Amino acid sequence: MQRNTYQYFVRIGLLFLALLLGYNIYPVKAMHIMEGFLPPLWSLFWFLVAIPFWFIGLRQIKQLTPHTKPLLAMAGAFTFVLSALKLPSVTGSCSHPTGTGLGAILFGPFVMSVLGTIVLLFQALLLAHGGLTTLGANAVSMAIVGPLTAFFIWKTLRRRMPESIVVFLAASLADLLTYLATSVQLALAFPDPLGGFVASLMKFGLIFAITQIPLALSEGFLTVLIYKALQTNAAEELRTLGLKGI
Amino acid sequence: MTSKSLITTITLIAGIILLSIVPFFIAPHEADFGGADGKAEEAITEIQPAYSPWASPFLKPPSKEIESLLFSLQASLGTGVIAYYLGYNRGKKVARQ
Repeated sequence: MQRNTYQYFVRIGLLFLALLLGYNIYPVKAMHIMEGFLPPLWSLFWFLVAIPFWFIGLRQIKQLTPHTKPLLAMAGAFTFVLSALKLPSVTGSCSHPTGTGLGAILFGPFVMSVLGTIVLLFQALLLAHGGLTTLGANAVSMAIVGPLTAFFIWKTLRRRMPESIVVFLAASLADLLTYLATSVQLALAFPDPLGGFVASLMKFGLIFAITQIPLALSEGFLTVLIYKALQTNAAEELRTLGLKGI
Repeated sequence: MTSKSLITTITLIAGIILLSIVPFFIAPHEADFGGADGKAEEAITEIQPAYSPWASPFLKPPSKEIESLLFSLQASLGTGVIAYYLGYNRGKKVARQ
């Protein structure tokens, strides 16, 4: 990696730090939306948003060549691991990364929506983490908004910046936007009686998004690590998917 | 692995470790590093005191220990798949050379 690359990382780090210090830091607990914590109509609405993504994603998975399917399993496994890692954050509480950036870069947002939902389903069924009624909403934030973010960042920047920087940006911003999306979903369902949607968004945003900032950085680093490992060991598969190996 | 790439790898790992340690020093004193049960729930009750959840979890891990068992199972299963994939590909590459 060139010196430039390091400077980029340092600058991005400083930017995140500045963002952090600008906010009131207080202890919060941040995760997915709990079972039963969205009114029935909103639960239904988010399912309706998610279903087309699952549909297209499943079709795309069927069209994958056998050659790249193991890589698909690996991308799914990466999300599986990362969403089990509850990491401490500067706000004094724990949350977990999402791991959806990698799969979105490799396979696109539709395929990733299926993989992310499988992970959410596992956690909703066995771990009382998230929920079945809120599965649609949590899928939209973690398995759709996150991957879409990563995918667009990757597509727009990959030819303009060093590849590892773009992977870092894609993964960490996907992580961050996932929790912003959760805040929006909660604020829509529970607008503040006085301040309305905006006041609620500020409240939930503080709870979910701020805790997530350092974790987003960690997720970015982790994704660069695994992407580098893939470049060394699975260059051919990456080329099949239209990505640059080494 | 070239030495440059090795340095990058070490830097990235160090960064992740640092990011997980720093919170213990700069978090507010009343911090409990809690997780699952959310402040979000509290915020909802604050905004809409009358709201009560209309569904409850399908299965609730009977204790903290069982919960952490399931979480570590989740992480280790995933790590297994990743390690298998990378190791398999690496072996294939070496065999070809």
